[in-house]
Amino acid sequence: MPFSLLRYGLSSEPRIVPDFPPPPPLRDAYDVVIIGGGGHGVATAYYLAKRHGITNVAILEKGYLGGGNTARNTAVIRSNYLTPESVKFYIASVELFRGLSNEFDFNIMYSERGQLTLAHTDGAVRAFRQRAEVNRHLGARSEMLDRQQIKELVPRLNLDTPHQPVLAGLWHIDGATARHDAVAWGYARGAVARGVDFHPLTEAEDFLVEKNRVTAIKTNRGTIKCGCVVQAVAGASAILLNKLGIRAPIHTYPLQAMVTQPVKPFLTPLVSSSALHCYIQQTGRGEILIGGGSDPYPLYSSRATIDLKEGLLAHALEMFPFLANAKLMRQWAGITDMTPDYSPIMGLSPIDNYYLDAGWGTYGFKATPICGLTMAELIASGGKVPELIRPFSLDRFSRFHQINEMGATAASH
Amino acid sequence: MNAPPLPPARLPAPWGKLIDRAQPVRFSFEGRTIDGLLGDTIASALLANGHWLLSRSFKYHRPRGPLSLAGQDANTLVQLPEEANILADLHPASPGLLVTGQNYNGSLDRDRDAILNHFSRLMPVGFYYRAFFKPRGIWKHWEPFIRKKAGLGQLDLDFRPRYHDKAYLFTDVAVIGSGPAGLAAALAAAEAGAKVLLIEQETTLGGSLNWARFGASGLDAEKSRPLIGQVAAHPNIRCLANATCNAWFADNFLPVISGARLYKVRARQCILAVGAFDQPVIFRNNDLPGILLTSAAQRLMRLHAVAPGKRAAILTGNDDGYLAALDLLEAGIPVAAVIDMRPENDPHAAPIRQTISQKGVRVIPGAAIHEAIPGGPHSRIAAIDVRRILEPPHPKGTLAPQGERLACDTLLMSAGYMPAWQLPCQAGGKLHYDDTRARFALTGLPETLTLAGSVNGLFSLPNTLADGEAAGKRAAAALQSGNTDTATPPPPPPEPPVNTPWPIFPHPKGKEFIDYDEDLQIRDITNATRYGYRDIQLVKRFSTLGMGPLQGRQSALAAARLVAEATGRTLTETGIATARPPFMPEKLAHIAGRAFTPYRHSAMHRRHLEAGAQFMPAGAWLRPAYYGKPAARERLIQEEAAAVRTGVGLIDVSTLGGLEIRGPDAVELLERTYTFAFAKQPIGRSRYALMTAEDGVIIDDGVCCRLGQNHFYLTATTGGVDRVYRSLTKWNAQWRLDVDIANVSAAWAAVNLAGPRSREVLAKVSRDLDLSPQGFPYLAVRAGLVAEIPARLIRVGFVGELGYEIHIPARYGEHLWDALMQAGAPLGIRPFGVESQRLLRLEKGHVIVTQDTDGMTHPAEAGMGWAIGRKKPYFTGKRSIQILEAQPPLRKLVGFTLPRGGPVPLEGQLILDERNHITGAITSCGDSGTLGKIIGLAWCAPSQSAIGTQLPIRCESAPGGRLLAEVVALPFYDPDNKRQEL
Repeated sequence: MPFSLLRYGLSSEPRIVPDFPPPPPLRDAYDVVIIGGGGHGVATAYYLAKRHGITNVAILEKGYLGGGNTARNTAVIRSNYLTPESVKFYIASVELFRGLSNEFDFNIMYSERGQLTLAHTDGAVRAFRQRAEVNRHLGARSEMLDRQQIKELVPRLNLDTPHQPVLAGLWHIDGATARHDAVAWGYARGAVARGVDFHPLTEAEDFLVEKNRVTAIKTNRGTIKCGCVVQAVAGASAILLNKLGIRAPIHTYPLQAMVTQPVKPFLTPLVSSSALHCYIQQTGRGEILIGGGSDPYPLYSSRATIDLKEGLLAHALEMFPFLANAKLMRQWAGITDMTPDYSPIMGLSPIDNYYLDAGWGTYGFKATPICGLTMAELIASGGKVPELIRPFSLDRFSRFHQINEMGATAASH
Repeated sequence: MNAPPLPPARLPAPWGKLIDRAQPVRFSFEGRTIDGLLGDTIASALLANGHWLLSRSFKYHRPRGPLSLAGQDANTLVQLPEEANILADLHPASPGLLVTGQNYNGSLDRDRDAILNHFSRLMPVGFYYRAFFKPRGIWKHWEPFIRKKAGLGQLDLDFRPRYHDKAYLFTDVAVIGSGPAGLAAALAAAEAGAKVLLIEQETTLGGSLNWARFGASGLDAEKSRPLIGQVAAHPNIRCLANATCNAWFADNFLPVISGARLYKVRARQCILAVGAFDQPVIFRNNDLPGILLTSAAQRLMRLHAVAPGKRAAILTGNDDGYLAALDLLEAGIPVAAVIDMRPENDPHAAPIRQTISQKGVRVIPGAAIHEAIPGGPHSRIAAIDVRRILEPPHPKGTLAPQGERLACDTLLMSAGYMPAWQLPCQAGGKLHYDDTRARFALTGLPETLTLAGSVNGLFSLPNTLADGEAAGKRAAAALQSGNTDTATPPPPPPEPPVNTPWPIFPHPKGKEFIDYDEDLQIRDITNATRYGYRDIQLVKRFSTLGMGPLQGRQSALAAARLVAEATGRTLTETGIATARPPFMPEKLAHIAGRAFTPYRHSAMHRRHLEAGAQFMPAGAWLRPAYYGKPAARERLIQEEAAAVRTGVGLIDVSTLGGLEIRGPDAVELLERTYTFAFAKQPIGRSRYALMTAEDGVIIDDGVCCRLGQNHFYLTATTGGVDRVYRSLTKWNAQWRLDVDIANVSAAWAAVNLAGPRSREVLAKVSRDLDLSPQGFPYLAVRAGLVAEIPARLIRVGFVGELGYEIHIPARYGEHLWDALMQAGAPLGIRPFGVESQRLLRLEKGHVIVTQDTDGMTHPAEAGMGWAIGRKKPYFTGKRSIQILEAQPPLRKLVGFTLPRGGPVPLEGQLILDERNHITGAITSCGDSGTLGKIIGLAWCAPSQSAIGTQLPIRCESAPGGRLLAEVVALPFYDPDNKRQEL
């Protein structure tokens, strides 16, 4: 039993050191204003404060800390993408994730379980092999498994799925999960402790722009002046960009997920199938977490639907037939900003002091640490785009230099 | 050693509306035989036999007995051999059932993990965030240990799904809940002419009419019970009992689970008469077996004739506790006292206090319970410590320092009610806290939805009935006029408040449970706010409040009160966590339903089976990959390919998409949606058709045959045809063109008869076609009879030989196959599959869209610039292609060869440059028997694309990790195209 816990338990009136003090008053001006108090926003603030000593920073959050997609995502962490640009980026993210608990002094419960993605067609086998090759070439741990190896890894998985049996699998040893809320809390706690102001229930409503610079932000709690601005508002990226007249190819879709009542552990790796549009993992609490593809039409609503649930669970049962008797207890949705190439939009914008962290689609959580790190670097340098995020610039669409990750994001997220 | 069960506790008739005393039901619990009755739930039978310990709590493994007896808490979760987490208070007892407890270590009675109860101080809220990770890497070792303790029941990993199905129902008015409000609503709507569907979760209609007392006389419910019969007999009402409406989805789309069926109900109007959740009082040890909600005890007695105990006390904040006391007295159970949290001078309380005092029951007003004291058999409560509630300036919930100990084995408690908010909130309802009545009320519901009864804040029977009736009339009127405002009834007569504003009594030693399912005590919630998790959503996420198996039905209100108090906000500001579907836990099988896996077989599928084909999926289709035994796969593929190169082969290409494009604007549509030019395409000729998206990326290809001035037959890829069809119909509508587009993929079967001797074979089965090279040249399209079947023939050459694609009505597929195989038999005709076709086309350098192209490929970099009509004013993707072609190319698709004998590179392996950077990947690769070498297509850097360049292929099994291939000109085979144009 860890010592700190023992000390806590045995003290008569345990001393509580708050992770977060009550919200401070909103000041008139900040050097850096981060719009969006989700994982990316607080991670950016954390690294600004910790690595660059920039602490005159406000995070504006319209709801509560980490209450958007940080709260709703299914916490898949992986780097087994297709393009070298993405693979390098996510490898850096995974590396940061591994050290976060100790860096934060706050357990994010990083759990390296490995991720298995099933291929049911020869096309998928080809695509997965290419991913495995790219991953290995760049240092991520991925390999192709045949049916026998899959059987040994996940004995309870049904390989003879109807119509399209499993042919092979992409096994990503670095695949992991973590307590998603704790990642945002850890970053926010570290940022706030270093002097960053976190403002919940504070919505950025409009901008004052002079000479192609945002000089102030109108919020529901008053107007604040700003040195520069970072937008990190997954699910509302296009809405905010519209206010500034910035065009970006973002279409917004709900993404649903669901969870069963807790049962005793039977599944360690994260298992997904792109052909079945379904991924399954068992949480640390014993719940079976099931997710799939986005809703078929654009929408800004986090309502649940039955249509998606029906298809998704039918596919879940193809993979694990005995889950027929497991009981669903919650179904929810996040709002995802999809780009044409399934890669994010990061870096500079047409407005001089306005930085973008947008278009995070269904893969934002796993990039939280590296996004925070690189965005902080971008801000601290006054606009020098770090090498790692240069490929994700907004102007790649007008330059036709997309980073296509469609195949590598489908259903695995 | 297990404690002996308590003596049986059945009450005499008329107690027990649901049980049939003549029909015993025997099952086992934890290995012991339980004798129940038909109509019992597992829980009621266990309680009738004196088994009050039903489960162990999630975290501390505390002994737990029934709480709500209405399926609203995890206290009754038990295990069946093939199903975990069974709600014993809802699941019927049936003969032979093998029931066990779950989440224990040892036995349910002697759970070794119960020691955790004594270490709860070491598990403060969120403790796992502060522990187990130092030094770095140690979490990896803690995690498996902690995971093992997680979860509740055990899934049966060998379980095979059983039959479940779905049905649609349509109704004018759906009424959810058949308590008094629901019955009155259904009847009123039906009387007004509406078709009504009444949905009841329990096995019989009536809801609280079956068990609640409503008034001191005990006759009120009986007076209203005839409603049940009226509703059941009404011709306009369909009743679904034992059916749970598990969510509200947009536009009154209601999933209703009943038995093995999921009904998907569409209702024009919906009335939610879903009731309210009885709320526990929060004090130390409020979770001991023997402490249950007031309504639970009433249900137990009235529905199942089980006495809750031998000597009961009641803790209440409204009249309902007194009514329950009257029920207990009627059942012959002594009542030690009614402890009323309302002050002594509460004017609303006076009449009922007088009534109960006259019965000789002691009333203790202005008091609550400091702690419940364990010590009874089966971990039951033995006594309670009753203390006076101190008035301000004492903090809320402070009790007098001294109290009185009352012996009792049963405590009924109620702090009031929480409207069943889940469905209303899913429909857009908002919860507002009404301070004067200390309760949440719902507002902001859609026009098509009405609340009725206790979910609407009405508890007296006359008010509930009137509210239901008004709701029914309103819904029926809305059906007629669409106007829901016409029948606004007068407000109901006022009722005394039913909720206790602060039913929370902290104890220095804790264990006052807010959330039973998650083992959360008062200090867990308040400490969460002290740690800075002040928003209710953060409290939830940090403490796991409401995240248990039943999602916090009993904890939401009390937790909101605590958080509001701790953070200085109102309850409305504080709110509660979002109510997501489903309402009750639902089996995946119910939602999945019958597992339909759509698949398609071509018209010749049986012939492939007979010929021993090995199949591969292609979208929904199955296509022959090759013919013969898998062991001989490589040889068979080479033989099939050789047959096509040297003689004749036959492949089923029915899965190709087929589209009929007809109308005055047919040419215009094709010109705009495909890259090539079609305006001048002669009738009777085919032309390659390439489709790009707005960003210039190749998305499909096919062959476009001009059958008439305004009539084209267009093929598309097997996997792409549906998308092409959707896209064409969309553009046709958006551009307001006059084109008729029909997806005829399934109407036509097709084969490709290919090889130098194909003409001879075709000649044998056709009599009205001029097959001469002049009469039917390469790329020509003809109509004629093949084996007496009217056919469309196209001379195309995907495999690079003389060949005919023969399209015929699908029903004649087998006949065509047989005729061609028979005609070709003397020439050694051989059926060939997708694998050899891929090899043949690779030899010919033909690209397969989606195999050799990816989501970024534009025509020029794939060497398909020739397929673009440059003079057209517009086609989808034109602007992008122009921009892309003006830029320096980023990559190139090239052909490469390797000598046979070494490792064969695999599709997906990478092309590297001299700095080891990835420049591309292999998209197709095969061993060409015809050419005697390994051939393939790969993406590479433009600088690597010159003929003769050595391409390094990443290959871990090759010496040095690299293979070197040579870039060669395409096509590999027959570069002058002589063979296909024979």
